Amino acid sequence: MKYAFYPGCVAKGGTPELYQAMTAVGEKLGLELHELTGAACTGAGVITERDPFAGDVVNSRTFAMAEQLGLPVMTICSTCTGVMMGVKGRVDAHDDYRERVNQLLADEDLHYSGQTDVKHLLWVLVEDLGLDKLKAMVVNPLQGMRLAPFYGCYVVRPSKDVDPLRLGRMGYLEKVIEALGAEPVEEYRGKDKCCGFPLLETNRRGSLALTGKRLAEARDAGADALVTPCPLCHLNLDGQQPETPEAGRVDAMPVMHLPQAIGLAIGITPERLGLHRHIIDTKKILAKVAVAG
Amino acid sequence: MDIKLKVRRQNPEADDKPFWKDYAVEVPEYYTLLDALLKVREEVDETLALRCSCRSHICGSCGMRVNGHAALACKTKLSDIDQGAVTVEPMGNMPVIRDLVVDLEPFWNKLYSIKPYLQPATDPPEREYVVPNDTMFHLDGVVNCIMCGACVSDCESLSVNPIFIGPTALAKEYRFVADPRDAADRERLTQMNGPGGVWDCTHCFQCVEVCPKDVAPMERIMAMRRMMMDMGMEQNNGAKRANAFMDLVGSYGRLDETRLLMRSVSGLGELMSFSKVGLRALWKGKLPPLRPHRIAGAPAVRRILERARNQRPRRFKVHQAQEEGVRA
Ligand code: SF4
Ligand code: SF4
Ligand code: FES
Repeated sequence: MKYAFYPGCVAKGGTPELYQAMTAVGEKLGLELHELTGAACTGAGVITERDPFAGDVVNSRTFAMAEQLGLPVMTICSTCTGVMMGVKGRVDAHDDYRERVNQLLADEDLHYSGQTDVKHLLWVLVEDLGLDKLKAMVVNPLQGMRLAPFYGCYVVRPSKDVDPLRLGRMGYLEKVIEALGAEPVEEYRGKDKCCGFPLLETNRRGSLALTGKRLAEARDAGADALVTPCPLCHLNLDGQQPETPEAGRVDAMPVMHLPQAIGLAIGITPERLGLHRHIIDTKKILAKVAVAG
Repeated sequence: MDIKLKVRRQNPEADDKPFWKDYAVEVPEYYTLLDALLKVREEVDETLALRCSCRSHICGSCGMRVNGHAALACKTKLSDIDQGAVTVEPMGNMPVIRDLVVDLEPFWNKLYSIKPYLQPATDPPEREYVVPNDTMFHLDGVVNCIMCGACVSDCESLSVNPIFIGPTALAKEYRFVADPRDAADRERLTQMNGPGGVWDCTHCFQCVEVCPKDVAPMERIMAMRRMMMDMGMEQNNGAKRANAFMDLVGSYGRLDETRLLMRSVSGLGELMSFSKVGLRALWKGKLPPLRPHRIAGAPAVRRILERARNQRPRRFKVHQAQEEGVRA
């Protein structure tokens, strides 16, 4: 399985452990990842907020680069994924509009035909690799661990953009957690809600209140940790956790990136997964894995 | 088919807490959730309180939460949703009057506060207003709002920030701001630029997802942010973030969260409160590079951003056109 790999800015900036974990996990799962080093930021919705046309062109540029390689794009960020799927919704379907977009790409001899597929790692696991295959690779099942799925808004909404064929992508994270041998916390109400990140600069109090709410819901549902396919959610849930109204509670809530959870189960060391680089200590999880393993 | 409904009920005058009540009914395949609830009320439990009128997704009175998210009961076909057990709850972000009936007064008050009527610059023309077709197309979705409150029910920001004016009122505000006949757009936008306005939206797409009429409130909110910035209302963290974002991506082709944050927040106090978070990250080896890494092709990205900006469409306003002597 080959992909044009789009890591996104945060995996190479604020959450370097995600990039590190993905590289290790990709190798072991047999995913051939060709990194798009020349691709620009998706804009995380902010370029689109300021100038929707610019957002569409910048992302189509990325799709055109993948098209040159003849590969689908693979992302590891819910936000990147959502932005790209939204752009595809506008650009793929309308030939005239795509032509306008392509005019701005011509400078670099790029052209987007409207065909590039975009998939988050989470979708790759279920739709391309297959859960059975994933299960077969587990050497260190995360038994006895209750993991709360935390999707990140943009990988599940708007569903018409991110799940146009109605494959039930909202639900994949629970399935993956199960395949890793852990117990998904099905009743976790926060799973498809907002982590507060987009409000961080404009209403910090509201932002942290949302983060705190999501953490409290996880604790109330008896989760040992959260698992998220979105590094921006991670920045708030982990990085800002000490600042939330929930902080200071004895049982701080560790937050794993999706590839880290996979890595633990398929036998990659916590060090290589960068689990020591979190703000909230992950020892609690590691102790459980050690007992189970 | 047999269907199980798990309904959250409460009579605030008598019960301290809401409680769950299960109902099992047999219904035909084509039934909607509303049909099933009415059957329960008629045949099983006449004390169940709910609101409805048109039964054909027009009146907007049957909003409730179905399996965790707001929907119109009369638009929800039972055969389309998980039939293990359907959970039914009153809408969120609104006080419960009884069972599935919520108090809409705060909802209406927010809507009235935006002056939901046309404010033209001059007396209306003798005959009809004349406006080009394409200046009205984008209002197509937004005028379809039936004020059911589903978007407000599931609004994430509102759940932690009661002064946020919310998606229904903001979608309505856009409906007038973007109407070529309305002349109060600067005033409207100035008001929405403050606390409780457009910058308090957390961009979560919940309102877009649950709206039964494709009004897409969040998209309207983003459009108003854009209009404000284009009008020069740029002295707030949101506009600063947007401009800094464009600038950073224009320079490096990629984002640098630390620099974005530093350029988006105002004042030393705010910066200091973020610096604690930054120091902790530093301690864990998440040091941001002194100079952000520049992607190959960064200059091309800058050119794209600049050229796209020049293609931004001009807004059409009847009164401006009149002043400038332009014929519609
Ligand atoms: S915008 Fe949509 S969800 Fe919100 S009140 Fe109007 S019709 Fe209902
Ligand atoms: S996108 Fe904004 S207005 Fe819509 S539900 Fe989320 S916070 Fe509320
Ligand atoms: S009863 Fe009128 S919208 Fe449902």
